[in-house]
Amino acid sequence: MTATATVSTPAVTAAPPPRKRIWSYWRFYLALSPFYLLFAVFGLYPMVSTIVLAFQRWDGLSARRFTGLGNFAFLVKDPTFWQSLENTVVLFFMSTVPTLVLALVLAVMLQSAVRFTNVYRIAYFIPNVTSLVAMAIFFSSIFSTNFGLVNAALRSLGIPQQDWLGEPWGIKIAISTMIVWQWVGYNTLIYLAGLQAIPKEQYEAAKVDGAGAARTFFSITLPQLRPVVLFTVIMSTIGGLQTFTEPQVMVGNSGGTGQSGMTVVLFFYRAAFLDNDYGYAAAIALSIFALVLLFTAINWRIFRGRGEDR
Amino acid sequence: MTRTRWRGLALHAVLILALLVFMFPFVWTIIMASNTTADIYRFPPKFTFGGHFGDNVRHVLDNVAFFQSMGNTAIVAVSTTALVLFFDSLAAFTFAKFRFPGRNALFVILLATMLLPAQLAAVPQFQTMAILGWVGSLKALIIPGAANAFGIFWMRQYFQNSIHDELVEAATLDGCGFFGTYWHVAVPSARPALAFLGIFTFVGSWNDYMWPLIVLTNPDHVTLQVALSTLNRAHGVDYSMVMTGALLAMIPLVIVFAVFARQFIKGATEGAVRG
Repeated sequence: MTATATVSTPAVTAAPPPRKRIWSYWRFYLALSPFYLLFAVFGLYPMVSTIVLAFQRWDGLSARRFTGLGNFAFLVKDPTFWQSLENTVVLFFMSTVPTLVLALVLAVMLQSAVRFTNVYRIAYFIPNVTSLVAMAIFFSSIFSTNFGLVNAALRSLGIPQQDWLGEPWGIKIAISTMIVWQWVGYNTLIYLAGLQAIPKEQYEAAKVDGAGAARTFFSITLPQLRPVVLFTVIMSTIGGLQTFTEPQVMVGNSGGTGQSGMTVVLFFYRAAFLDNDYGYAAAIALSIFALVLLFTAINWRIFRGRGEDR
Repeated sequence: MTRTRWRGLALHAVLILALLVFMFPFVWTIIMASNTTADIYRFPPKFTFGGHFGDNVRHVLDNVAFFQSMGNTAIVAVSTTALVLFFDSLAAFTFAKFRFPGRNALFVILLATMLLPAQLAAVPQFQTMAILGWVGSLKALIIPGAANAFGIFWMRQYFQNSIHDELVEAATLDGCGFFGTYWHVAVPSARPALAFLGIFTFVGSWNDYMWPLIVLTNPDHVTLQVALSTLNRAHGVDYSMVMTGALLAMIPLVIVFAVFARQFIKGATEGAVRG
């Protein structure tokens, strides 16, 4: 890149402007340098070495050994990996689908409410800015077997108590309940902002044409909301595929009974920082990256629609 | 008219029900923190506030270095937030209002970095920290997060829309240098955007869990989230005490959020719809 790259408008009358030397822009580069320096040291370099590391065996102490695709070959045969993958995807669906559906319902209701809307917004958002660890402890306490509030409620209804955190399905319900609680309000606000951006005339036109509430919702609201839905789905995907704190705090590093709370990131954490199997952990990290890319691409296709370029 | 009135009431009934569900964990946390574990474990459980909050606080302080870990967390969160606000807004202002060779290429690189998940870097990042001698030090939490692509992107959008080029030119003619223009023109006009980015960063940093768990190897120098998880591990049965710790850990966040809630929510929703 040279200084001439910035000259976009041709000089018609006067002589070409004097060329500035690149160092005359030093203030700008200095202003930008913190991010790029930090990224180079703590982002780019580690990512490149993760890729290298994925083809090596290393316990952090002895010499690194090149193993080619060894880590990946081991990974595809590792039942824990497949289990963690399955858990992550199941948890993702169990938490994302209810979250987004509830958020949409609440947003539509909040839009037609006239009073107290700011109170609702702030209250709905609070679960999102709270301590994840504290709330994971809270949810494990209310789901605890003998004394938990959930079982107390069941017993008062005459239903036998359940071993929530000791059963594979119970663990998943407890974890996804917490994720739903935390993210419904956030997504509600985003949908609400999206709803308010839809032009009022469209609703008036629909009313004139005699469209009912359901028809209006599916013909106007939902299609108009599509970009916002895409945004929330992608954000939920990126967040959901990286679930770590909830299972780690609620059922521990083992992933709980039958490893049913073992997510891919927890699996990665264990391989790297508990087993010191750095090469293997790097291979897992790359598979998480591939998973995020795959899911983002799928969501993009589904929610953006085919051939639509909006 | 009565029919719409009933509909309005039903609407608010559902909205209030949702509000109660969202608030319930906080209320129940306070109830647990103010009772003994035995009271909570009774059937039916005690649903009212008790008088044991002081005892529970004492138990927390006996079991973990609570104030020290809260101090560590505060140092990390405050300095990360200050650095992010400064570095991100300065870079964003440069991108938004000035032309220089390589600007577009640099911006594309910035956007691309947002797609990379954090785990991809965790292992070598730990090695880097070991080489720098930062393992166990709060620097390992503060420095890598001192500037981020999201904040630069977000502030740039704001500067592009809210500061006119003429204003920047006028400041330059008045003898303001580049940094002077940033400080006297850009920063004062960007208060709402800075408030949002500041809270977002503060909350994220306050709640960060995995990286502190990895890099703060000395149990005496952990952050609040890690201290909480050890409290839960070691004394898992004494829920009243653990929930007291959880409650104390949330108070600063609640205060920060309460002060800036309106601006924060406005910023959060606007950013999402535009982005």
